[in-house]
Amino acid sequence: MRIHLSALTVPSSGRVKKASEIGSRAHNPLPMIQGVQFKPASDQSLLVYFGRKVTRDAHQRVRKLLHLLESKPIVGVRNLHPAYCSLLVVFDPLRLRHGDLENILSDYLRRLARLRLPAARKVEIPTCYGGEFGPDLEEVARLHGMTPAQVVELHSSVTYVVYFLGFVPGFAYLGVVPEALATPRLANPRRSTPPGSVGIADNQTGVYPFSTPGGWRLIGRTPTAMFRPNQKDMSFLSIGDRVCFTPISAAQFTALQNS
Amino acid sequence: MNSIQIQTPGLLTTVQDLGREGFGPMGVSASGAADPISLRLGNRLVGNLANTAGLEMTLLGGAFVFPEGAIVALAGSDFGARLDDAKVDVGTSIEVHPGQTLRLGPTRSGARCYLCVQGGIAVPPFLRSASTHILCGLGGFEGRPLKTGDALLIGSASGPFRKRTIAPHISEHLFPRKVLRVTSGPQLEWFSESSRHSFYSGTYRISEQCDRMGLRLEGAPISQPHHRAMITEGVSLGAVQVPPGGSPIILFVEQQTTGGYPKIANVISADLHRLGQLRPRDEIRFELVTWEAAQSLLVEQEKRLASEESILE
Repeated sequence: MRIHLSALTVPSSGRVKKASEIGSRAHNPLPMIQGVQFKPASDQSLLVYFGRKVTRDAHQRVRKLLHLLESKPIVGVRNLHPAYCSLLVVFDPLRLRHGDLENILSDYLRRLARLRLPAARKVEIPTCYGGEFGPDLEEVARLHGMTPAQVVELHSSVTYVVYFLGFVPGFAYLGVVPEALATPRLANPRRSTPPGSVGIADNQTGVYPFSTPGGWRLIGRTPTAMFRPNQKDMSFLSIGDRVCFTPISAAQFTALQNS
Repeated sequence: MNSIQIQTPGLLTTVQDLGREGFGPMGVSASGAADPISLRLGNRLVGNLANTAGLEMTLLGGAFVFPEGAIVALAGSDFGARLDDAKVDVGTSIEVHPGQTLRLGPTRSGARCYLCVQGGIAVPPFLRSASTHILCGLGGFEGRPLKTGDALLIGSASGPFRKRTIAPHISEHLFPRKVLRVTSGPQLEWFSESSRHSFYSGTYRISEQCDRMGLRLEGAPISQPHHRAMITEGVSLGAVQVPPGGSPIILFVEQQTTGGYPKIANVISADLHRLGQLRPRDEIRFELVTWEAAQSLLVEQEKRLASEESILE
């Protein structure tokens, strides 16, 4: 059962199969599944990569495959973890093997081109920037040679896309933050961040739904709950949503929080 | 409804079943029992379905009073349990009479012990599961670990007491191993040959920073791959990720659903329950197996568990 260490020098690409290769076996490579790569992540999960770059096109294909897998579930698939340009498919290893799943997914992938996604929702997130609400605003401004007001104006001027939800329940990865505002994570992450904190990490922005440890630079806070276990749509945001941050005052923050 | 009164909760005691699957697109990980095989066996001892909610105790158990009595069983690690003054064996169903107290102490073996009760622990389900998600304060009993004075309701159950015991060969099989079997991680080829070699030849110690989200390891650091830009992607249960410091972290049941660190390996499904029995300062090694071996080890393990000989009546 044990593999000799020398086997480790062999790249694991033995299991990597391009969906386009499956297509070419049938002498009919379909453009939609070209550039898609399967890679086992564990003995019960498979990564589907739509290229290795964060692009709108890859995002649309992740959304489409997720949509298709949610509307026509594959027996034996247990969970789906979407991300920027990949989808992790978790399956029951007693019912499926990687190869079986790759074959079924190849059929799904061929259907993506014809699939029309529902129109994206537009969502506003009222945000009180700076002060106790955004303890890193001044530092972010300083790093970019801007005033805090300019940071607020720039951050709230962009319509962001929810690339996916991940990390913790209701945490949306929003992009793309303008280059002039892209800021690396804190060298020492906070042990806890107040729920509703709006942060920046590189060219991503997002809202912490819960008090969790985190290394994103906090520039503001929203009174809107990102995860609402008592509502039908528990997560305030969904993959594909278009999101704007609207600056509000501390008084408005308190009023909204109490309403 | 019958109840359990929490006299002392122990170090970290939560309501857990086998978890909630299918909510990854919302960022919700499966959670559930850290050692699901022990929970499943404990449930069989008291005649419950496998997914019935029980109490998961960590390193130090609590004291539980049963005002109306109950049929219960302990499974997993030995926490030196006593029913009033009598010793209670792990892996055997027992009848608790009204007013008796089940008292557990510090572990004598692995990290977790499960208390299963005929009828199960009754809590309102969150996303179809009774499991507590500690970080988010959701599910289980009020979304939190138990406290002194809590009263838990026991689900309705019928059926007479039957003495059932986990067969010794099953218990032996469950005993924590020093070696965790893994398959290659999705970024394995990013790591240099010497990094891979040190990962597979080295001994790692479970750090004090280990919880239901992940187990941080101490040992020979693994150099981070250079010139590679990792894009955040979905992460699997049991993934061994390597952050810039080089100390690996094994993602566990209450894991983040996506992550941005490269993964060198992934613990095989047949060994995941063993992660739930690892304590801080335990030492482990990793052994690489093929995909085929990983799957057949799981099939074998499930066959062994499903066999009638696994529980003695």
